[in-house]
Amino acid sequence: MSDILLKIEDLTVHYITDDGTVHAVNDLNLSLNKGETLGLVGETGAGKTTTALSIMGLVPNPPGKVINGEVEFEGEKLFEKSEAELRQVRGNKISMIFQDPMTSLNPIMTVRDQIAEVVLLHENLTAKEAKEKADEMLLKVGIRADRAKEFPHQFSGGMRQRVVIAIALACNPVLLIADEPTTALDVTIQAQVLELMKELKKEFNTAMVMITHDLGIVAEICDNVAIMYAGSVVEQAGKEELFTNPKHPYTIGLFNSIPDIDSDDSVLKPIKGLMPDPTNLPTGCPFHPRCDLAMPQCSEILPKRTEISENHYVKCLLFDGGG
Amino acid sequence: MGDVTVNVNNESKKKRSQLHDVWRRFRKSPIAMTGLCVVVFMVLVALFADVIAPSDGRNPGYDIHNLGNRFQAPNAEHIMGTDEFGRDIFARVVHGSRVSLLVGFIVVTFSMTLGVIVGAIAGFFGKVAENILMRFIDVLLSIPPILLAISIAAAMRPGMMSIVLAVGIGALPLYARVMRASVLTVKEQEFIEAAYSIGASKFRIIRKHVLPNCIAPIIVQATMGLAYAILWAAALSFLGIGIQPPTPEWGAMLSEGRMYIRDHWHMVMFPGMAIAIMIFALNMMGDGLRDAFDPRLKK
Repeated sequence: MSDILLKIEDLTVHYITDDGTVHAVNDLNLSLNKGETLGLVGETGAGKTTTALSIMGLVPNPPGKVINGEVEFEGEKLFEKSEAELRQVRGNKISMIFQDPMTSLNPIMTVRDQIAEVVLLHENLTAKEAKEKADEMLLKVGIRADRAKEFPHQFSGGMRQRVVIAIALACNPVLLIADEPTTALDVTIQAQVLELMKELKKEFNTAMVMITHDLGIVAEICDNVAIMYAGSVVEQAGKEELFTNPKHPYTIGLFNSIPDIDSDDSVLKPIKGLMPDPTNLPTGCPFHPRCDLAMPQCSEILPKRTEISENHYVKCLLFDGGG
Repeated sequence: MGDVTVNVNNESKKKRSQLHDVWRRFRKSPIAMTGLCVVVFMVLVALFADVIAPSDGRNPGYDIHNLGNRFQAPNAEHIMGTDEFGRDIFARVVHGSRVSLLVGFIVVTFSMTLGVIVGAIAGFFGKVAENILMRFIDVLLSIPPILLAISIAAAMRPGMMSIVLAVGIGALPLYARVMRASVLTVKEQEFIEAAYSIGASKFRIIRKHVLPNCIAPIIVQATMGLAYAILWAAALSFLGIGIQPPTPEWGAMLSEGRMYIRDHWHMVMFPGMAIAIMIFALNMMGDGLRDAFDPRLKK
């Protein structure tokens, strides 16, 4: 299909440390169409951020190492590009929003200069034109132009995240990776920032990978959802399909962990146990020690990715061979 | 007409850069401001030495020998007295500030530039580059500065160059280490990763994002380093391997006065005080700067 923008195949990333090899991402498969929003959901340590950094080609090396797999972007294999070619992609075609706006801006550069920097790097403009473009972007994210010459510490968290969004969108990228963009913000500001991202996404027709652990955000803005567990995607489906018809026991567990305002349950049903130690993953399906439906063979066989209905993939032995 | 009311527009926010904040905090410390005032005063004295203590034959100059006038105790005409050649010590102290400050600034510029480059490369790239550079710095640290100075002065003619090299090389490790430490902290921060993610090259990231964020500890180090350089330059001149007579240099003046200290205390007293006040003022200023740059003291 020609409208596939991003395709990740069998991606495996390890962090090799003195204390052992951390299996951050294992055999991960994902694909994303143009203009689409994919929610990448998982617990802390599930490998979401490492996946994002792999797409950017920014896995810290050492200790990080891409062991296997391909990231295909606009039909080109990113891992085969040189560093200089990758720099042309970063910020220009793929850009990233980081989790904490308090630390992701340079404290001693004015916000205008920081937006102008990415414009200067990728577009053939003079310094003056880049600054005008920066002011224009600031207006788009709802910051008055007379604040352009101020420094990040003069802005609130929500305003800073707006600046970060302005930087990310300044060169009109095809793909925006948002790594928990609202986790560090107040709930009221979260809603504003999400609304802004939704609008700008529409305006620029940008595809987005939204990394989050908040299913509420997924319901709000995503088209497709991929649930990650221990470094691989255990279930991927359209939003409606996933919310109404979750298949993987982990996904079902996640939904059971959310309080439901309509039913009057006094006790939530959390998933028992903890995330496995990524240096020492269980054999077979990594989720089997916590799974209520685990079968004897779950500890032996690693389930394959199975398409159980159109555009609905599950990695679980319950469905293996069934679709 | 009645009073004219001045309407101050409080709403217009002033641009506040980090340096502006630092200056605001620096101003609040009386000790730091005293230090700054003394240093500024010394710099002015050095700049206008020819006006303050002219040497034109009529006035008692810093370099005019007047043997009939030697060893005068401080008096109305020579407020700091005269030395063994009848030269006015006040004029010599005033002109000596030029030499001391000049040597200090050159040494600081020399060692700071090299140290910042070495420290930045070592801190940013790590691995082999870091090992080679920092081991080299360790070797420099293992040589006593006096020994280094004596060998350099022996190898070339003693003078300004030998002092700059000797003291500069001695101070270089301090800058390199301070720089490396702050680069290590800064390069782990998220905005550096963010800079990579917008496609900036390593060189650009060092220049535009890492170095400007490491400048604060270097400025503090440079202020302290200026005191260190002036003190060492005076020490080397005192030992006779630095600035040579008849150039008025505080250390060299101490050295000359040493022989007459029993009968003519003023010959060592005034250059000595000049050195002490200068070092003291620079250190007070450096302490104040360090506090002003410390964001934890932000109010």
